[in-house]
Amino acid sequence: MALLSMRNLNTVFHSEEGKIKACNDVSLDIPAGKTVGLIGETGSGKSVLGLSILRLLPRNASLTGEIRYKGQDILTMPGKQLQQLRGNEIALLPQSPSTSLNPVLQTGSQITEGLCLHRKMKWKPAWEKALAMLRLLNLPQPEKKAREYPHQLSGGMKQRILAAISVTGRPSLLIADEPAKGLDAVLRAQVTGILRQLTGETGAAMLLITHDLKVAASLCDEVAVMYAGEIVENGPAEKILTNPVHPYAQGLLASLPEHGLRPIPGYGPSLLDLPAGCKFQRRCLLARDVCAEKRPPWQVFSNGWHARCWFIDQSRKSQQNLYRGDLQKTAV
Amino acid sequence: MDLTAAASGQNLTLQRLKKNKSALAGLVIVLLLLIIALFAPLLAPHHPHEQKLDLALTAPCQEYPFGTDHFGRCIFSRIIFGTRTSLEIGVIVTAISAFTGIVFGLLGGFYSGFVDELIMRVVDIFLAFPGLILALVIAGLLGPGMFNVMFALALVGWMGYTRVVRGAVLAEKEKGFFAAAKALGAGDFYIMYRHLLPNIIAPVIVMATLGIGHAILTAAGLSFLGLGIQPPAPVWGSMLNDGKNYLQAAPQMTIFPGFAIMITVLAFNFLGDGMRDILDPKLKEKRIT
Repeated sequence: MALLSMRNLNTVFHSEEGKIKACNDVSLDIPAGKTVGLIGETGSGKSVLGLSILRLLPRNASLTGEIRYKGQDILTMPGKQLQQLRGNEIALLPQSPSTSLNPVLQTGSQITEGLCLHRKMKWKPAWEKALAMLRLLNLPQPEKKAREYPHQLSGGMKQRILAAISVTGRPSLLIADEPAKGLDAVLRAQVTGILRQLTGETGAAMLLITHDLKVAASLCDEVAVMYAGEIVENGPAEKILTNPVHPYAQGLLASLPEHGLRPIPGYGPSLLDLPAGCKFQRRCLLARDVCAEKRPPWQVFSNGWHARCWFIDQSRKSQQNLYRGDLQKTAV
Repeated sequence: MDLTAAASGQNLTLQRLKKNKSALAGLVIVLLLLIIALFAPLLAPHHPHEQKLDLALTAPCQEYPFGTDHFGRCIFSRIIFGTRTSLEIGVIVTAISAFTGIVFGLLGGFYSGFVDELIMRVVDIFLAFPGLILALVIAGLLGPGMFNVMFALALVGWMGYTRVVRGAVLAEKEKGFFAAAKALGAGDFYIMYRHLLPNIIAPVIVMATLGIGHAILTAAGLSFLGLGIQPPAPVWGSMLNDGKNYLQAAPQMTIFPGFAIMITVLAFNFLGDGMRDILDPKLKEKRIT
């Protein structure tokens, strides 16, 4: 049984303009100890899905469906129990290192308080433990840096602090929300290293939310591709990230610089007014009438690899990426 | 000096205080007032209640530096002892208002929705009354006395703090660390106390410093109107009240208490204004880069 399993999850924000459907009928399993990547373009609902798991959404959001963690349903869980779950069982590694640390507290004390809170340690030994964690994460001069404030640290150092905080509760599942967002190449490599180290040493499973396919490729066992709040393809990382089935996933891959830097034409649909049928139809090269009428069902392609598309066979048969087109020749 | 050490919070605050002349002057005067209040019995040449009717309304002289009032009491000594009451009222009233404001502001900002509506509407209702008049009514209802004056003043002073704190909390809630703390399973009150409070305290400190001056002034106003602390206790406001009948014959009875009030309030205002500049985070960034 999977550590975390989501079934038919819908996240809707009730706004003045109408219902914003951020996640639509999402079903996804995260097996214990595995890293699952959630990829997709900006605004596809990846982060909302991550926050939905911890029920950290604003008041105007409503969640329906089922999220089971070790058999317990998170959506019906009382507040006290949920608070116990957060940090201890499921931890969040937040999006931006620059704002996710409290600017007026010493960085070391922010790790220490996590240890005191979750492991019921006394302040002194917890501080020592925090230093040990920082040393493990290769933070230079941990004794000095722990006494400094977030604005005195670089982005990579802050990311390490956040990484240490996120594992203070020894979680079994880590939700990493765009950990490499807005970082340069060197830092991105560092962050990937930190994440690999974290999951490697704690044995925790991870839900890695990213739009960076390279980060996903280097860390994930499985990948789910999200488009307009819907998971359109799900399967083993090495398969999807090299040879995806769904036209959208193919388009994502074709937009990488090494594959010709060719963007998918058009924009994603408004989450206020989603089309009936396949959400990707308006940008899809394979779209036919049926795509606008009926939502494609899951098409199983091979063991544990499936996609939501009516024309899986056509897209596979061509044995090449739909979106690469003639640019393929010039691509390196 | 090491760059990071130079840029660290505490040093910077001190450095900036030294550069800000009016804040420094305010601080020095406030410290002086504190010393005067603490050592009043040693500094005052006479007991503040000691009456020498035959020496009533004496002009300033060697024995009575500020002269005497209509009962022949030493004005200088009464002003020195009055420092105690004034500072006590100022500090305690401000502490109560600021504390109440912080608690309600944190709750309102944190829990938004119904709790927030309730608190803010109560604040609006209190703000709809003119402060001094409301304080007058409360002090009038409860009767004069030190405690009642402080209660009345605190009751008309907490709204500003509530609004400032709530606004700051709403801004801080948008930042990542708030969600991060929640995601790590921190409790509501823990987040309020440990994560939000330190982030919103700077404007409250500024407000409170200015508020002490204001509270002293309002307390003096109440005393002047006869609703403050009762005679013969030495209070600047009621000394002014006593003096108003002798403006021609003995101007020292009004001049010196008035001057004391002015100096004290001015000192707190200078200090408060200076603090605003010193604690301003935008200024901090400019200085570092």
